[in-house]
This record gives sequence, structure tokens and C-alpha cells, in this order.
Amino acid sequence: MATAAIQANTKTWSGGKSPFNASYGKVMMWYFLMSDAFTFGAFLISYGTIRFSVNTWPDPNKVFNSVPFMGHNNLPLVFVSIMTFILIASSVTMVLAVHEGHKMNRKGVEKYMILTIIGGAAFLGCQAWEWTHLLTGEHVALLNNGTLSVMNTTASANPWGLQASHEAMVAALQKTPHETLVHIANTLHHSGAEAAHATHNVATMSNTELTNMLSTADLHVNNVGRPAFGSYFFGITGFHGFHVFSGVIINIIMYFKTKLGHFDQRGHYEMIEKAGLYWHFVDLVWVFVFLCFYLV
Amino acid sequence: MEHTLTAENTHSHGHNEGTGRIWKVFWILSALTIIELALGYFLYFKGEGMGHAGILTTKLAIAALTLLKAYYIVSVFMHLGDENRNMIMTICVPLVLFVWFIIAFLWDGGSWKEMRNTNAGSKPSIENVQPAPVKHDSKP
Repeated sequence: MATAAIQANTKTWSGGKSPFNASYGKVMMWYFLMSDAFTFGAFLISYGTIRFSVNTWPDPNKVFNSVPFMGHNNLPLVFVSIMTFILIASSVTMVLAVHEGHKMNRKGVEKYMILTIIGGAAFLGCQAWEWTHLLTGEHVALLNNGTLSVMNTTASANPWGLQASHEAMVAALQKTPHETLVHIANTLHHSGAEAAHATHNVATMSNTELTNMLSTADLHVNNVGRPAFGSYFFGITGFHGFHVFSGVIINIIMYFKTKLGHFDQRGHYEMIEKAGLYWHFVDLVWVFVFLCFYLV
Repeated sequence: MEHTLTAENTHSHGHNEGTGRIWKVFWILSALTIIELALGYFLYFKGEGMGHAGILTTKLAIAALTLLKAYYIVSVFMHLGDENRNMIMTICVPLVLFVWFIIAFLWDGGSWKEMRNTNAGSKPSIENVQPAPVKHDSKP
């Protein structure tokens, strides 16, 4: 019994036969993806370590609660679920392209590659919208020096600390410089023609008038949060987005190679398989990014 | 230079079956994502009253569902499940390092937090109550 097993094993590794029963290119693609998994894993674990080491962390349901064309409605998890389903769908079209490749059906591969490319582009568009929304959305934050400030969510600014009490906000208003008060008053009603009108009005108001107006306004102020939040969010989703981008480029190249008949001449569609491995890996990483940044 | 599959690759990976399995996995992945979202909304609406253990359990459940999704993507979409045992092992065994990697680093993070909140650390536990009075280099 044991002897038989040893013999079978010796046969596998004694040459003349591929021990992995896979081509060199495919095995190396797997090893590349494994190393990439360690890179992403290290990033995500580093993020987890920092998050575990602090007392407060921004609530993802508050930071990521917007959807295009839905205005200021509070819709946590909605947009990111759309992005997740886009990527799952494009993974399915990719695996269908690989399937058509095995059947040597060039038209089928072309059709599914186009659909995969569209899915990837749609995902990138969603990410561009989300980044723009975070980087340009203005929030009033209570700085550690006791004054208020208007901030965006960037790699170094985080207006998503714990919510400040009304008293702390009123006290901070007294110390906040005039230009910032005007800016805060403007963020309260920033919609079209009304905004220009409001700017004109608040610019002529005195500090006391502005302070009185803002302390009675429906103004929610958070303490300033740790810059690590934005650094990790933009760093990791950016690294993932770059993978999606390069995946889309690879898929476009594969589409044209298919269309030009290169794989038919070669006699097999293994390149589609290897591009597919990369594309599925991008989806796989997103599953974990979705978990770490949005769900928990 | 023309690349061809070498003769020793028999390619009997069961690729010739229909697309049924692909669509089945698509529905499984969608269902798992919907369950994850349901748990996410459960945390959002009911999280406040659940206590620390309840929140942690729900989050661990979401993480377990994520691992299940990863299994289906790798095994079926990436066809690793159709490869031979040697191939599966050469990919999966190194990834086992992640188990200790995660335990060690998150443990370290937790220990940092403990130090922050006790006199052993350089900082008293004012973080929970109000912003620190020291001026931080957080730019407006």
C-alpha cells in the first residue's frame, strides 16, 4: 500500500510529465497572483492593526452613504453593493469567455470579453464617482485646538470622528475665525442659485450674527478623526482600482487578439484563461475590500 | 515565437461541461452577498442595542460568508478546484501563513489600544470623551 503510493509519487516527479498538469504560463500566473494576494493581505492586515489599536474609527455607514442622483439621502451600503454586483457579473462574463474559448468559439469569446470590459469600466466609473464625492464633499469638523474647520475626506484629512456635543460646537464657534464661519454658513445651503445669494448675505454678516445663526442651525459637527482612515481607504481602494484598470487594459488587448484570430492560429485560447485568472483575482480582492472597509 | 501546450498537459479538466455550474455559482455568490448586506443592515439598525459580543459575532459571521465567497470564486471561476492536487497544494499551503499573520497583527493592535488607555501608555484615555487638547497636525 505504502510502496504503491511512493511509486505513484515518484512517477509524478520523475520527469516526462507535468506534475501540475498545467502549462508554465498558467502556473506562473498563479504564483504571481499568490504574491499579489500577500501584498493585498499585508495592506489589509496593516489597516486592521491600526483600526484595532484606536478607540474610535469612522462608521462606514456614515461615510459611504451616498448614491449618484439620490442627492443627500442617507443610503448606507447601497452604492457599494451596486459596485460589488457589477464586479461579480463581470466575473461571470469572464468565466463564460473562458468557457467559449475551450469550445474554440471565437464569436462567443468576443461577445463575453466585450461584456467583461464594460463591467470593468462601469466599476471604475463607480469608483471615480465615489472618490470624487469623498474628496469634494465638505464637512464641518471640530479640530483638536478647539476651532471649527471645513474639511474634505482625503488621504490626510478625516472629518469623521465622534460627533461633538452641541455645547462643544457652540464653544468652538466663538473661537473660529471669520472666514471659516462664512464658509460653514455657505456649506449649510449649497444648492445652485440660492448659494450665490447666500454667499452674498453671509459675507456681510458680523461674527456675532454668524455665530448666532450657526448655533441655532441644524449643524452636525464631528470631532476630527485620524488621518489613517483616509490614507488606508484611498491607498487600498486605489491599489485595487489600479488592478481593475490594468485588468481592463489586458482584457481589451485580449479582445483584439481574439478578433484578429491570433488564438485560432495558435490552436488554443489559453491566454484568455490567464487573463481570466487575473480578472477573477481582482474580483476576489474586492470581496475582501468590501468586507474590511464597508461591512464591518 | 509560437507557444503551444506541451504534450504532457492532458487538459482533462472537465471543461467540456455546460455553463450550468457557472450560473449556479453566480447565484450562490449573489445570495451570499445579499445575506452579508442583510447582516450589515442588521448591524446598522440594531447594532446599538446588541452589545460588544453581539456585534463581534455578526461581524465574524460576515467574514465567514466572505471566505465562502472567496472559496467559490477560486474553486469554480478560477478553476483551481479542477486542477490536480499538487497544483492546489502549491497555491493553498503558502496562504496558510495568513492565519498567523492575522492573529499576530490584530493581537498587536489590541495590545496597542490597551496601552493607549492605561497609564502604561503615553496617553490617558481622553480619546473617548473629548478631542485631545494637544495640537495635532491635522490640516483644515
